[in-house]
Amino acid sequence: MQLYLPIADIPVNVFLILAMGAAVGFVSGMFGIGGGFLMTPLLIFVGIAPAVAVASVASHIAASSFSGAISYWRRRSIDPILALVLLTGGTVGTALGVWTFTLLRSLGQLDLLIATSYVILLTTVGGLMFWEGLRALLRARRGGAATIRRPGSHGWIHGLPLKMRFKRSKIYLSVIPVVVIGLIIGFIGAVMGIGGGFILVPLMIYVLRVPTSTVVGTSMVLTLVTMIFATLLHAVTNHLVDAVLALILMIGGVTGAQFGARAGQKIRGEHLRLLLGLLVLAVGIRFAVELVIRPADLFTIRETGGGV
Amino acid sequence: MSARASLIVASLVLGAALAVSPACAERLIVSVSNHRVTVTPNYSGEELVLFGSVEKDAQTPAGRNNYDLVVTVSGPRADMVTRRKERKFGIWINTDSRQFLKVPTYLALFSNRPFDAIASPEVQRRQQLGLNNVLLTQRVGPDFADVVPNDPFRSAFVRLRTQHGLYREEQSAVTFLTPTLFRTGIPLPGEVPIGTYDVEIKLFADGALVTRTETAFEIVKVGFEQFIANAAHNNGLAYGLVTAFMALMTGWMASIVFRKD
Repeated sequence: MQLYLPIADIPVNVFLILAMGAAVGFVSGMFGIGGGFLMTPLLIFVGIAPAVAVASVASHIAASSFSGAISYWRRRSIDPILALVLLTGGTVGTALGVWTFTLLRSLGQLDLLIATSYVILLTTVGGLMFWEGLRALLRARRGGAATIRRPGSHGWIHGLPLKMRFKRSKIYLSVIPVVVIGLIIGFIGAVMGIGGGFILVPLMIYVLRVPTSTVVGTSMVLTLVTMIFATLLHAVTNHLVDAVLALILMIGGVTGAQFGARAGQKIRGEHLRLLLGLLVLAVGIRFAVELVIRPADLFTIRETGGGV
Repeated sequence: MSARASLIVASLVLGAALAVSPACAERLIVSVSNHRVTVTPNYSGEELVLFGSVEKDAQTPAGRNNYDLVVTVSGPRADMVTRRKERKFGIWINTDSRQFLKVPTYLALFSNRPFDAIASPEVQRRQQLGLNNVLLTQRVGPDFADVVPNDPFRSAFVRLRTQHGLYREEQSAVTFLTPTLFRTGIPLPGEVPIGTYDVEIKLFADGALVTRTETAFEIVKVGFEQFIANAAHNNGLAYGLVTAFMALMTGWMASIVFRKD
């Protein structure tokens, strides 16, 4: 069934977009990530202008993460205090990121910077997660403790002042690293145009030692708030949010996210980390290959406005 | 049959007002099948038909019947950048780029036979017959100019637009129903830009331009499509709030629908 999108200005197949939304929604519900780094390239591949894709994906991620967040909330696997502290840092980070983005664009070569930071970030994070998941899995197989929470081995992070008790996560932690991580995620999200869930989840697991049970739900809350703001910002500044495209993506996305969230609860923590690591690594390698391999067409066209 | 005849008559009457060449021996009378293409949710492109007739008068040289016709359809104009990737430090990055200024976003050239058979290369260039001869202004340093047809940036630009069906050249698309009555189809793929399209019709005889005329049609969004586009452009904040609210509602609905207690 063909439908003409009012902002993207092209006809698309509704079922194809629904399926894409559902697939990415499943992944995002399962791992507690936004899935923007998967959805945006898919939409561009279908023929939607990159700017419209980025702007519309933000609202799709908001819907997916809200539906996911509700089901995690019911299972009491969201730590509201932790989410709030992360958001404080996140807001400052986003503002800094937008400022940096404008500065970099005026210097030129922004595209290259985004592409290379994608590759570095995705392959590093993905590789580390994959490696850690593999080790945890092997440890569990040998009969050792599969948990990565080693009560005796607190690092320097746990020696910082301004400690606070995060009841739901059962951790006693300084506010400083939490705010700093929120800041980093907000900054990266604004510069690279992604939610940052796939970086936030490992940071929370490995640096903050937040138990896997509350990591996914809490990261979803952060993604939800960031993406709502991103939708508003895109709508006000660029007028490029395609509500029709967003609605189709959302319907597919929330359905997929429900099943994903359920599947995520069934899978063991280390398996989940291994899978997410593998996924992030795969996308990172795909971007790397694109940079290294000779492209099929050396030329690209981009409309730069001007009008009639 | 009578419907067809009345359509042609209507086209003739409409076209008569648009024809511009009083001094010449021949006059062109043309019309497109639809002057206002409306974009609705189920729009996925359209094919228009251009009808026309060559009107002769007393000054027309006797026995002149072998006419050639070239139709140029150009869509709304925009600035575009063509970039070329090059290998630097082991990775492929955009290095060189050229800016094309106010070039048509859609461009179609139709004729009844190959351009080489219609006119000499000199006339082809002057009359901009064919994608190789159409003026595509580039910013070359401080100057604005078109370049040779085999310039890598220009040919890449034309090739990429052609791949998307937005630039096309068909040298047998115009059919003469009688020696003076002609028609051609104007295919508009779903992704053609919204806006005003100019149609220029040039009549050639014995390798020289005899007369020319112009007409136009527009592609506009109506109803729902127009409402959404206007809302997004004029009330950005309200539109964004509604979209954000829609996202929350969809997420909430899903969690209710799929609730399993």
